[in-house]
Amino acid sequence: MSDPALRILLVDQNVTRASILEEGLREAGYTHVSVVRDMQNLLRRIVDADPDVIFIDLENPNRDVLEQMFQVSRCVQRPIAMFVDHSDTDMIRAAVESGVGAYVVDGLRKERVKSILDMAVSRFNAFSQLRDELERAKQELEDRKIIERAKGILMKERGMTEESAYNLLRKAAMNENRRVAEVAQSLVTATRLLK
Amino acid sequence: MKVILGFMPLLDCASLVVAAERGFAAEEDLELALVRETSWANIRDRVVIGHFDAAHMLGPMTVASTLGIGHVRVPVIAPFALGLGGNAITVSLRLWEQMTQEGATVGATPGVHATALERVVLRRSEPLTFAMVYPFSCHNYELRYWLAAGRVDPDKDVRLVVIPPPFLVDALRAGQIDGFCVGEPWNSVAVQAGVGTIVVPTTAIWPSSPEKVLGCRLEWAQRHPKQLAALMRALYRASRWCDQPENHAELAKLLAQPRYVGAPADLLQQALGSRLTLTTNTPAVQLEDFFTPSRHNATFPWVSHALWFYEQMLRWKQIELAPNQVAAVRATYRPDLYRAALASINEDIPADDTKIERFFDGGAFDPRSFETQR
Repeated sequence: MSDPALRILLVDQNVTRASILEEGLREAGYTHVSVVRDMQNLLRRIVDADPDVIFIDLENPNRDVLEQMFQVSRCVQRPIAMFVDHSDTDMIRAAVESGVGAYVVDGLRKERVKSILDMAVSRFNAFSQLRDELERAKQELEDRKIIERAKGILMKERGMTEESAYNLLRKAAMNENRRVAEVAQSLVTATRLLK
Repeated sequence: MKVILGFMPLLDCASLVVAAERGFAAEEDLELALVRETSWANIRDRVVIGHFDAAHMLGPMTVASTLGIGHVRVPVIAPFALGLGGNAITVSLRLWEQMTQEGATVGATPGVHATALERVVLRRSEPLTFAMVYPFSCHNYELRYWLAAGRVDPDKDVRLVVIPPPFLVDALRAGQIDGFCVGEPWNSVAVQAGVGTIVVPTTAIWPSSPEKVLGCRLEWAQRHPKQLAALMRALYRASRWCDQPENHAELAKLLAQPRYVGAPADLLQQALGSRLTLTTNTPAVQLEDFFTPSRHNATFPWVSHALWFYEQMLRWKQIELAPNQVAAVRATYRPDLYRAALASINEDIPADDTKIERFFDGGAFDPRSFETQR
């Protein structure tokens, strides 16, 4: 039940995440979506966009700047509040857990906000998942590199085959209840110190 | 038991850090998980929805949450204060230059500086812009009190904006703002960077002025009374440790770590010892009780503080007067919980919940007459 007339403003310094949410909103039929990445002249941008709904990422310290602007109502044409009434802690919880802060114009009905908030929450969650996957992939790559170096040391210093070098690292990791990459890192560090 | 605590990277998170790092929490069988946050709004939200059991909060924030201004209404309590003072007002070098032409001198009283600022404001066509850190903060109210005492209307004669502490120095350097009111170490950082002069430590406006508190949902406090009492004991012992001058070097080094405050240790140590360098290339001056983590009942949650915040919310039109607000404000600060938790280890707990608060301009806030007027 999208409401294409609603004007939505995204405040997010992360380009990828902002585009993910923007795209989702457009796909869902919201045509009035603007994005602010530059924190300079934030107030000017808000006044120009005259939004019904504002989203801001929670990593952004400028969230406190926004709240002050909403406090000083003469800065914005219409009073903006966080959520529709005092019974909305579930909506707040869902938003905060996904990493987004949401503000709506005072008096906007809950049904009009619900679908758009759900969209923001799911897109923010999708972004976090992407980022987690990316970080995991990076970590795996780092792990592989350090294990390669440790194997190389064992092969050179102890004349082992690649397979037995790896098995030795793995056995040491199991015995010490550590990750193979951690054991490999210790070996690389120790070797450097002994040189 | 594990207790999750949110905090902001500021000098007065010291007692939380020390309770976690120096064994005071462990003595009470508590495991403190400290979570560094980036905005006060995040702290409030995560307390309200239960991500945090308790947090380093601005005193007025707890009152605002209880009254439901600026956000949903969720009863939040302040059973323990995290020290007194620690704030200052800093102005840009350009504004300082203009103020000195109107009689301001380094280290002069808040009254002299307020008058100098008034004269500068009268001569200007463009309003000056001052920044603080959050609408419901002592910084906002102290800055407004000082401006108003100099007959500068904070809503008409100047622009007041919010800027997060780590961005203040850059904003001052870039000329986006002409001054700010913030907690340490950010005033000293501006002076060290050569972009500002400290005009007023806010303890000169209001001696023994309140600052942060330990805030938690009323519901959490009711569900975990023993843990809350244990947490207060751990924080009280930590605050005593923070108060000892012989610990300041170690404390400054601890707080300087990026996971806590992430500011230069020498500046933190100076502020811990109530010393401030007011302007570039001058020696630090010793102030009286600029920052007090524990002594002078600095951890006691004075109900008169909460009532004064409420009076400011009315004065500056953040809230409209409505019935039952005074009772709700009173119920936010909880000296009863403080006494119950600390009676056995703190011999110096005040018998009264309120006191008369006195200000530099001769003004006083008498909570009794305030309450009878409401």
